[in-house]
Amino acid sequence: MRKLALSDEILLTVEKPARYIGNEINAVMKNPKDVDIRFCMCFPDVYEIGMSHLGIQILYDMFNRREDVYCERVYSPWTDLHRILKEREIPLFALETQHPVRDFDFLGITIQYEMCYTNIVQILDLSMIPIAAEDRTREDPFVIGGGPCVYNPEPLADFFDLFYIGEGETSYDALFELYKDWKVSGKSRKDFLRQAARVPGIYVPSLYQVTYQKDGTIAKFLPKEEGVPAKVEKQAVICMTEAPYPKKPLVPFIQAAQDRAVLEIQRGCIRGCRFCQAGMIYRPTREKDVEELKRQAYDILKNTGYDEISLSSLSSSDYSGLKEIVTYLMEEFKGKGVNISLPSLRIDAFSLDVMEKVQDIKKSSLTFAPEAGSQRLRDVINKGLSEETILEGAKAAFYGGWQKVKLYFMLGLPKETKEDREAIAELANRIAVCYYEIPKERRNGKCQITISTSFFVPKPFTPFQWAGMHPVRHYLDCAKTVNEAVKSQLNKKSIRYNWHEADVTVLEGVFARGDRKLGRAILKAYEKGSLFDAWSDKFDNGIWMDVFAETGIDPDFYTLRERTEDEVFPWDFIDAGVTKTFLRREYENALAGKMTKNCRDFCSGCGAAKYQGGVCVENKG
Amino acid sequence: MRIRVKFRKYGAMKFVGHLDMMRYFQRCIRRAEIDIAYSEGFRPHQIMSFAAPLGVGITSDGEYLDLEVNSTESSKASVLALNSVMAEGIEALSYRRLTDTDQKAMSIVAMAEYEVRIREGYKAPCADFKAAREAFFFRPEEILITKQTKKSEKILDLKKLVYDFHILMEGGSPVYCLKVSAGSADNLKPELFLTAFYKFLGQEFDPLSVQIHRLDVYARKNGEMVSLGEMGEIIP
Repeated sequence: MRKLALSDEILLTVEKPARYIGNEINAVMKNPKDVDIRFCMCFPDVYEIGMSHLGIQILYDMFNRREDVYCERVYSPWTDLHRILKEREIPLFALETQHPVRDFDFLGITIQYEMCYTNIVQILDLSMIPIAAEDRTREDPFVIGGGPCVYNPEPLADFFDLFYIGEGETSYDALFELYKDWKVSGKSRKDFLRQAARVPGIYVPSLYQVTYQKDGTIAKFLPKEEGVPAKVEKQAVICMTEAPYPKKPLVPFIQAAQDRAVLEIQRGCIRGCRFCQAGMIYRPTREKDVEELKRQAYDILKNTGYDEISLSSLSSSDYSGLKEIVTYLMEEFKGKGVNISLPSLRIDAFSLDVMEKVQDIKKSSLTFAPEAGSQRLRDVINKGLSEETILEGAKAAFYGGWQKVKLYFMLGLPKETKEDREAIAELANRIAVCYYEIPKERRNGKCQITISTSFFVPKPFTPFQWAGMHPVRHYLDCAKTVNEAVKSQLNKKSIRYNWHEADVTVLEGVFARGDRKLGRAILKAYEKGSLFDAWSDKFDNGIWMDVFAETGIDPDFYTLRERTEDEVFPWDFIDAGVTKTFLRREYENALAGKMTKNCRDFCSGCGAAKYQGGVCVENKG
Repeated sequence: MRIRVKFRKYGAMKFVGHLDMMRYFQRCIRRAEIDIAYSEGFRPHQIMSFAAPLGVGITSDGEYLDLEVNSTESSKASVLALNSVMAEGIEALSYRRLTDTDQKAMSIVAMAEYEVRIREGYKAPCADFKAAREAFFFRPEEILITKQTKKSEKILDLKKLVYDFHILMEGGSPVYCLKVSAGSADNLKPELFLTAFYKFLGQEFDPLSVQIHRLDVYARKNGEMVSLGEMGEIIP
């Protein structure tokens, strides 16, 4: 039997001890002595969040298919265990073998959101791996980062030996082969990094020199030596159908945030919303063959025993085989007590029909994400969802028996005015009117419309990467405007409004478009107790403001400026497929309120066509 | 058709709580392709019930759940099917068809049998256990304790709730063997009993200092205690 890293005494003192025992269904057990490479995959947040992440499931399965690699997992210990590990100097361990993370060859950290940056430092600290990459020796693991935040990895450059830019399916094999040779060669750590830097998609921050201008912007960002590429090319899977996909995903004991089977039906999105980073960095949009999906769904349900399957993609309605896969799932599994969940679906006759079959109408709610209140602002952000479509969808849903509607918006968008904010409340009111126009006998009491707003944070590799953000005060005023506008609506009793705190938005903005200078602040904030910043009850804005002052960092420099057209961005060394020229053109179209068509209707020449895959080659012989 | 599954829980799985165990078994049953019956309604659920919840940290050789199935393979094949999809730390021990007169496990649980050992790294209390047991448990007419619940305090008589208490010595360390009342009406946690016993010894009971192990769960049948695992019949 496996020996656990923690004593019973510790496990019985902490909250949810099952977070730390591993042993889940479909966890891979190997003898570490039988492999050449031990890889520890980390999601730097608590177990229940990390276990919900599809990317790790894909890579865990893919790595473990190799006989020479053993991939294990680790998540952020919750604050209770964090204290105990620090006090008793117990090194952080991987779940499968319960061995210390520092004994591994690689520590891979997926970086999904900016507010996990202090948790990354926590993982290194608790693992007793030197926090600064430059202090590591041959005995330490190579720390490699991946995920959407590595499209600007610079704020984390101090902590990582390598970053993998793009989709993990393509380059890890090459990296592992290099590593095996290096391991037996006895050569220096730097020697491996030099070689790794030549692997497509691999970025080694220590091999690049950044110089700054007087105003704090970047003057030059160059490789330090010959053979290190000036541009790192984003990796993308060309054929999704043939790409590895786990047939036996891990099934946790404790309830994860996403506690269901996940079927990725496509990657990328054809829509081109200008605020959306995923819509840009996952280009080109690539569909998985529907027959392959059926096989995968069958296997996954059989091997996990889940009673729910969710279709995953950025915009399910754009998947050409949606009707077929949904019909298949309903016919094949509905009688076996399997529920089907369909997020990111456009509301139309088909989706309503499906939802009627798979959901309990009385309890479920419809979700619309108009993102902006007025048509004018929706044109600015290129959200091709018209008011007419929303109202028609809502009307059809109300006739179908639904009475709950959720609406998602962003505040603080470029070109946004007071009228646009008030339009949010007006749109909600018009939806309520749709409901009350239904004959009374067909209504089901009152309707409930919930408006939620988040504050917009410009991200790298989006057309809004040049846009300025606002001071905290402004965001709160925006929310106030919406709140007052809601109160002045005729149907105000049917409308609820939720908004978020603004402090965390500003911090997210700093890191999203930050540079290497921020590393010191992240480390200092961790040392002062910042951890789980993504959890609103744990987030302490005061610590951050203090460390910015102490490290001489002006957060406004990163957030408030509208960047000039010729500014060198910290992430310019990445070739993400979409070109800076295209993004700039889109920014200007946004400012002019001009819409851009989706990839299927018209190619806008974004640059992703060089991958020769997906929508870029559809119907083109 | 109703089935009773007996299983044991050991090793790291003792840290998986009762609600998680229910979800775990629902998935096991799907993976093992047991032909379980589902409830009616919009969101059908498996017809399944556990005999007696086991606290986090406790191991067991005698856990039970009752299932309603539409059809079934033999007992042997079903145990094999379940064990082929289990995590280490849970093992199905038997799979028996209940007869019409057998009641639901949950409703008939009357007694649970435990062995409680001193956890590694902890010291056993210093005592003459034989004499202490006599004086604490056998001599008094009643042993009154107060049980703290969420809302109120309750006076309990351990004498009425404990069927047997003896102490074995194992490598110089005591093993407390307990048969206590269990079920929805008069459930007694072994910790509560030991708190009273340690208090009698003039010591404070630290729940972390012992490992509790459940041996079996019983129901009262014709005035006698019968293991839940003995009910029903083997499916050939």
